[in-house]
Amino acid sequence: MGGNVIVTKDLHKVYKLGDTEVHALRGVSIDIKEGEFVSIMGSSGSGKSTFMNIIGCLDKPTSGNYYLDGSKVSEMEKDELADIRNRKIGFVFQSFNLLARTTAAENVELPMIYNNTPSRTRAERAFEALSRVGLRGREKHFPSQLSGGQQQRVAIARAIVNDPSIILADEPTGNLDTAMSGEIMEIFRSLNEQGKTIIIITHEHDIAENAERIVIFKDGSIIEEKSKNGRGAGAARTVPT
Amino acid sequence: MNFLAALRVSSRAIRSNKVRSILTTLGIIIGVAAVISLVSLTQGANRMIEEQLTSLGGKSLFISPGKRGVGVQENAISLTADDADAIRELDIVQYVSPMIDAPEQVVWGNRNWFTVVVGTSPDFVFINDWYPDAGVFFNNKDVEKNENVCVLGRSVVSNLFGYRDPVGLTVRIGKDSFRVIGVMSSLGQTSGGRDQDDVALIPYTTFQKRILGTDALESISAAVSSPDDIPAAESRIRLVLREKNKLGKNEDDNFYIKSQMGVIDRIFAISNIMTVLLGSIASISLVVGGIGIMNIMLVSVGERTREIGIRMAVGAKGKDIMMQFLIEAVLLSLTGGVIGIAAGVLGSKIGSSFTGWKSVISPESILVSFCFAALIGIFFGIYPARKASKLDPIEALRYE
Repeated sequence: MGGNVIVTKDLHKVYKLGDTEVHALRGVSIDIKEGEFVSIMGSSGSGKSTFMNIIGCLDKPTSGNYYLDGSKVSEMEKDELADIRNRKIGFVFQSFNLLARTTAAENVELPMIYNNTPSRTRAERAFEALSRVGLRGREKHFPSQLSGGQQQRVAIARAIVNDPSIILADEPTGNLDTAMSGEIMEIFRSLNEQGKTIIIITHEHDIAENAERIVIFKDGSIIEEKSKNGRGAGAARTVPT
Repeated sequence: MNFLAALRVSSRAIRSNKVRSILTTLGIIIGVAAVISLVSLTQGANRMIEEQLTSLGGKSLFISPGKRGVGVQENAISLTADDADAIRELDIVQYVSPMIDAPEQVVWGNRNWFTVVVGTSPDFVFINDWYPDAGVFFNNKDVEKNENVCVLGRSVVSNLFGYRDPVGLTVRIGKDSFRVIGVMSSLGQTSGGRDQDDVALIPYTTFQKRILGTDALESISAAVSSPDDIPAAESRIRLVLREKNKLGKNEDDNFYIKSQMGVIDRIFAISNIMTVLLGSIASISLVVGGIGIMNIMLVSVGERTREIGIRMAVGAKGKDIMMQFLIEAVLLSLTGGVIGIAAGVLGSKIGSSFTGWKSVISPESILVSFCFAALIGIFFGIYPARKASKLDPIEALRYE
């Protein structure tokens, strides 16, 4: 395990809804090491999704700093953020977010279109990624011809195809039954064993238990951190607002 | 994203919504087809007008003595056969005929008819594209020897002879006897109502000797081989005549040269205005078609907000999204353009077979409408494409 892949310092995010200001994040500081498996929990409105969007370079903090792989992401331009999302981050969503009318293989190829990978290499790597999530033979299937679990596996293949260092999953099992959830978590565990940093948002405890570290959000702050090996339990690094 | 990948994504989006794509391009198809068929038909009409004008004297010039537009003339010269010969010397001039005319009585037996007697030369038939359909026209020898021969117009013949063939008979014109050697074909009336067949043609030399008593000419007609030569011929003739009349640099012409050129130019200007007018009316429908494309692209961007969000999440930059939607708009309009060109060519063929007009399909009009279609796609595609590229990825992903 290497050094810290994600470092945030005192992240604040304020949304303006008309005249009222909504503080979604009130000073979040966290370090995530390379190869860690982290679950983020919290009720809705706790700020965990906002945190995830910032970590995933989809959004920028109002104040505070975010370093990804040592580079200061919080001050980057839109196009640079798109590039980071493309190369360093793989997203898995609750609702799969696959393109309909587009085959499994083409969905997996999508991130590679945006970094000018030659089409032959794209096809090879898509095939390989689909094999890794156990979907060999389903390359030509459309999302509507696949089960929910299979669709989510296509989404995971898409997330790993550019070989990013981090995989961000927002409620990845929220739309799946228990058996399928188990399969999906199995894939995440094996990816983690292969060295990928994995961050999962969930509100199901048994899903969160897959991670070695559980971070709990409330009202825009981290109120609790738990570690599998017993250390770090209790309130941790809560920044007063 | 490279262009080829973007092209593939865009063409897939168009194909996956076939009916809508066809309906969207219909505006462009109709617009391009209208432009092409209207322009080709008006250009065909122009071509026909041009041909008719050429046969109506578009190649001829008329030289008259005196200043243009001045009623009573001082020092007015009279043109002579010498002048006609000098003009004939010019290479650019194909035919020359001296002209004199006077009203005279033509008498045969106990019948008589008042007509216009014209003195001219054998070139008259070529300049006016008007030939005898019985007997012959007088030749140069008749002119040289100022023979008493005449060629009659159809109206003179019917008034004097009825149904009898007059060729070989002798008539009296003024005080002299003339042998009828030919009858001109019938031309009918001019648009002004003048009977063009009411004429008797005799050699100009005979006219000068028997009727006029001087060697003056009233005018000289000349013809060139193509209407394009008219301006050059006009200036050459002017030079020759100024020299013959020994005019100084600051002296005005004491003759004037008239051609149909001005009239023809004006008619072409009018028909070009018609082409532009019809073309621009038709292009309005192209613009309407473009608005149709913009409308459907806006709907499409709205519908595919989530797709745009997904693409952005996996690394699409604003310009990638922009390119995708712009290519889609241009593909739609170009497809419409190509189908429209085919429909326009077909339409103008059908139109010309119905009206009997020619249709002139110029490569320019095809090229212009193709480029215009592409421009329409870019112009009306930019706004929706920009709108798509400016979407916030988080909002777009959340969009239901």
